[in-house]
Amino acid sequence: MTIISKLAIAASLATALTSVSIAQENLQGLTVGFSQIGSESGWRAAETSVTKQQAEALGIDLKFADAQQKQENQIKAIRGFIAQGVDAILVAPVVATGWDDVLAEAKEAEIPVLLLDRGVDAPEDLYLTMVASDQVLEGRVAGDWLVADVGDADCKVVELQGTVGSTPAINRKQGFEEAIAGHDNITIIRSQTGDFTRAKGKEVMEGFIKAENGGADICAVYAHNDDMAVGAIQAIKDAGLKPGTDIKVVSIDGVPDIFSAMVAGEANATVELTPNMAGPAFEALAAYLKDGTEPPKTIITESKLYTPADNPQGEYDTRKSLGY
Amino acid sequence: MADGEYVLEARGVLKIFGNHVALDTVDFGLRSGEVHALLGENGAGKSTLIKILTGAYQPDGGGIYVDGAEVSLDNPLHAQTFGIGTVYQEVNLLPNRSVAENLFLGHQPRRFGFVDFRRMEADARVLLANYDLHIDPSSELGTHSVAVQQIVAIARAVQLSGKVLILDEPTASLDRNEVERLFEVVRGLKAKGLAIIFITHFLDQVFAIADRVTVLRNGKLIDTRQLDALSRTDVVRLMLGKDIAFSGATDVEPSETPDEVLLEFKSYGRRRSVLPFDLTIHKGEVIGVAGLLGSGRTEVARIMFGADPADQGEVMVNGKPTSLRRTTDAIRHGFGFCPEDRKAEGILGDLSVRENIVIALQGKLGWFRALNRDEQLEIAGRFGEAMDIRAASLDMPVKLLSGGNQQKVILSRWLATDPAFLILDEPTRGIDVGAHAEIVRTINRLREDGMAMLVISSELDEVVAYSSRIVVMRDREMVAELRGKNINPGVIVQAIANHTDEAVA
Amino acid sequence: MKRFQLERLANPQLLALVAVLLINWLLFPNFFRITWQDGRLFGSVIDVLNRGAPVAILAIGMTAVIATKGVDLSVGAIMAVCGAVAATMVVAGYPTPVAVIAALSVGLVCGLWNGFLVAVLDIQPIVATLVLMVAGRGIAQLITEGSIVTFNEPSLIFIGTGSFLGFPMAAVIALVLMIAVTLLVRRTAIGLFIQAIGVNRAAASLAGIHSRMLLVLVYALSGFCAAIAGIIVAADIRGADANNSGLWLELDAILAVVIGGTSLLGGKFSIPLAVVGALIIQAMNTGILVSGFRPEFNLIVKAGMIILILMLQSPLIGNALGFFKRDTRQAGSK
Repeated sequence: MTIISKLAIAASLATALTSVSIAQENLQGLTVGFSQIGSESGWRAAETSVTKQQAEALGIDLKFADAQQKQENQIKAIRGFIAQGVDAILVAPVVATGWDDVLAEAKEAEIPVLLLDRGVDAPEDLYLTMVASDQVLEGRVAGDWLVADVGDADCKVVELQGTVGSTPAINRKQGFEEAIAGHDNITIIRSQTGDFTRAKGKEVMEGFIKAENGGADICAVYAHNDDMAVGAIQAIKDAGLKPGTDIKVVSIDGVPDIFSAMVAGEANATVELTPNMAGPAFEALAAYLKDGTEPPKTIITESKLYTPADNPQGEYDTRKSLGY
Repeated sequence: MADGEYVLEARGVLKIFGNHVALDTVDFGLRSGEVHALLGENGAGKSTLIKILTGAYQPDGGGIYVDGAEVSLDNPLHAQTFGIGTVYQEVNLLPNRSVAENLFLGHQPRRFGFVDFRRMEADARVLLANYDLHIDPSSELGTHSVAVQQIVAIARAVQLSGKVLILDEPTASLDRNEVERLFEVVRGLKAKGLAIIFITHFLDQVFAIADRVTVLRNGKLIDTRQLDALSRTDVVRLMLGKDIAFSGATDVEPSETPDEVLLEFKSYGRRRSVLPFDLTIHKGEVIGVAGLLGSGRTEVARIMFGADPADQGEVMVNGKPTSLRRTTDAIRHGFGFCPEDRKAEGILGDLSVRENIVIALQGKLGWFRALNRDEQLEIAGRFGEAMDIRAASLDMPVKLLSGGNQQKVILSRWLATDPAFLILDEPTRGIDVGAHAEIVRTINRLREDGMAMLVISSELDEVVAYSSRIVVMRDREMVAELRGKNINPGVIVQAIANHTDEAVA
Repeated sequence: MKRFQLERLANPQLLALVAVLLINWLLFPNFFRITWQDGRLFGSVIDVLNRGAPVAILAIGMTAVIATKGVDLSVGAIMAVCGAVAATMVVAGYPTPVAVIAALSVGLVCGLWNGFLVAVLDIQPIVATLVLMVAGRGIAQLITEGSIVTFNEPSLIFIGTGSFLGFPMAAVIALVLMIAVTLLVRRTAIGLFIQAIGVNRAAASLAGIHSRMLLVLVYALSGFCAAIAGIIVAADIRGADANNSGLWLELDAILAVVIGGTSLLGGKFSIPLAVVGALIIQAMNTGILVSGFRPEFNLIVKAGMIILILMLQSPLIGNALGFFKRDTRQAGSK
């Protein structure tokens, strides 16, 4: 690990710690079980690392269980946590349904359950709270950035959608459209699915460039995730244009590769889907344990905008160290 | 025939497929308390008759009578309601379910609408005890031997039907002890008054268990006889047909001076397939192989060709010990093999006549010495002409040719490899008269040219006509070798029927 | 000879490709515009060649497998594994040739494994290759640890995005591979033997063909082709995406082979026509991209076109239209 990345971790933890002073005193020495879905993506791996770091900083004994994408493993892990008599349980649920029984068992044992990044179809009283991002908000933040960036100039946008019909694709599209509504100088001229993948993002962008006068008519590309944006950046370069300058690139997630593109001046903005779901969860837990404060049923994480002004090299290093 | 004499009867049953008459006004009567063997070579009409008796086929003429009353059997399930049950060679039960479930499948004892497993297993235990079978009814059927599974299948059929039991080659995959155990069961059922039809290829078993025998040949009823009045020879003669005289020695003059030895098999055999045999084959010699279906004829051919490698004994080619582990070994030594089942193992149906002819030669040449199209056409044309293959084009798919022409294509395939030893398994089965004669002529011509051949055939006249020697197979064993004046249909029939020394020269 | 050539041009696959390209042109008038840019050709038609290359390469191996009456469902997963191997090795500092050879070897080993299951253990191909289809992607994820392994090694990137005489490298590789494999099977007896196995394996074995060895080699070829495709796809996006690389491409490859006129029941086959099949599929994909359809219609449009093409190929309609007849001269012909 480089010195810079070590410093970066220290810095990120420091910011986390300022807001967790109540948590610090109330969670010290507790045992918390964490049932994670698996490690199917870089973001998921980062979420696991961040959760472990947060727990360590707060003096929590974190019991970690990797469910390898199977709900039955998660249910088994939760039952195990209940049997061990942990003080609280974090669950990143792999699917939405089928949780009623095991959540009821936890409630019976008076163990609070906190859901991370997705909800479940179960009565609200069975869990303490759910920490998740607001995907519509993510799209809106991206759209707001573009509105502010282009000012009054005309801007034709091409959109790389996520997988057709998937919730994030629908929500991120909706948020972006809400943001640009009322700004007639900004129009979405083409929209196709890139299946959230880098390869499809590149292929679709190639097609868009051909279809729009060699790319000359395109002012910006909005990608529903960074991976597609990275693919699109390559397509723009292959077409002899400069991404970030000739065609602006805005996307969502905040994966390391988009920050390295920002370092190279090839990406303009990304909206972070924070891997730190555990931080707000621990805070809510601390408040609840201290004086029984019921947190809201849904805690929305911050959808933070990053631009080249936000030390992209530092962000890249930090994220790399989280296992992205 | 007095009415009521038979529990199950077929009168003048006719069955036609396309323009082929599968059953030609056949009469068949089954009495209660008898084991009735149904005999005949492949294609004789046995399975058609069985399918009609069990309702799987509807007759095109004649009628089926149960206890003297005419019935119409819509399907096997319907036949069951008349008390007719069948057990097939391949047990058609569910190997991954319990013995008890298999016994009662479809009519399980129920309690409150649910299967009453406890009662079902208790019933199964009682039922199986009748068959002297003491196994755990809750165990999976598939974990038991085939013989036990057969008995379970019989128990199920008897339980369901209870009047007529049809056993379609139940012993084909059993060993001697298992067969005996099965026969105990059959005798018990017979004593209880069941009428049993027994189909097999093994004559010994017919004589061991059956009371009467009905012989079919080419869709016609040959005769129904009381078995104790018949000798084995009589039965074989009925099956193979023609009034075979004990005369008419071979047309082939045995050479006074033995020719050069080509092949020597010593104690050559394969477990569960062919008992070890000794056989020496000379150049320019045709060895005829006679025996009933299932006697191990084809198996001998397959182990000689390396299609199923031998696991005992040794073989010498041209005096040198060698091994025939796979077909390519045999082909390298100049062997060729025309299999019995032309469609399944002989022709490459979708490929052209040309490709079918050159394939073995090309296989011998290997991957990289490819015959080009012109060479292929030349070879296919030459052998096609020599064999008088009637095809509109050498590029037409071989599956469009008639059976006889397909057989000629396969013969051409091997002749193109310039073989020293050719194995022909039923080369004339299912082909028209003209092609039949041509193939017999070809065999004679090739022998005169010095090729050694092994020819398997059920047509005794034919075997007699071209064989220099005849080996007789019975129960997977080479039981006799006939030469000289002994090569006549009568002696062959006797040798097939009983393994006595009188038949052996 | 001349008539023969003309007949070949009039086969339904090429007609279908022309038809799809013409439809694209109607929807997007600049479809055939090709410009010269930064030392390479640039245009939608070039995109079809470039993007169609991975499926075309898969189809080359898949044709041989299907001709033996088999199928290889694992090629997509093998792509992911091999891309992951190549990417992680260059990231770890190995030179590109070493990484490429290692990835190709892994693909070959995967193919040999499939061949072993099918030919030696006699497991049905669809089941045998399902094993790697499922496990392979997991292996790829293990190699990349769940994230996209990004690299910047120019020589490896060149395989995916470089150009040769102005043509995209991927298309050039596909063309060379197509010619090489076609010559291999047609100039030797291998093509005839593959057909024989596909038509009737029992009869082929009795006729003295080493069917077992040939089957193993055919699956090995398919694995090798998948490795090449996997390297190209990874090189193209400068990263190994274990979750998505080659995802569902086995189905596109099978479809390409079927469009190319090779029956799933084995027997007669044509590698060049399978490549044409891959180009037809890609021409549809590219056409959808430039046409501006809503993405919700992508699959419907594609399915409709494929049904049309397959219907045109069915002997019934083919005879009715009377514009092609089955070419019965294949194996061993020149």
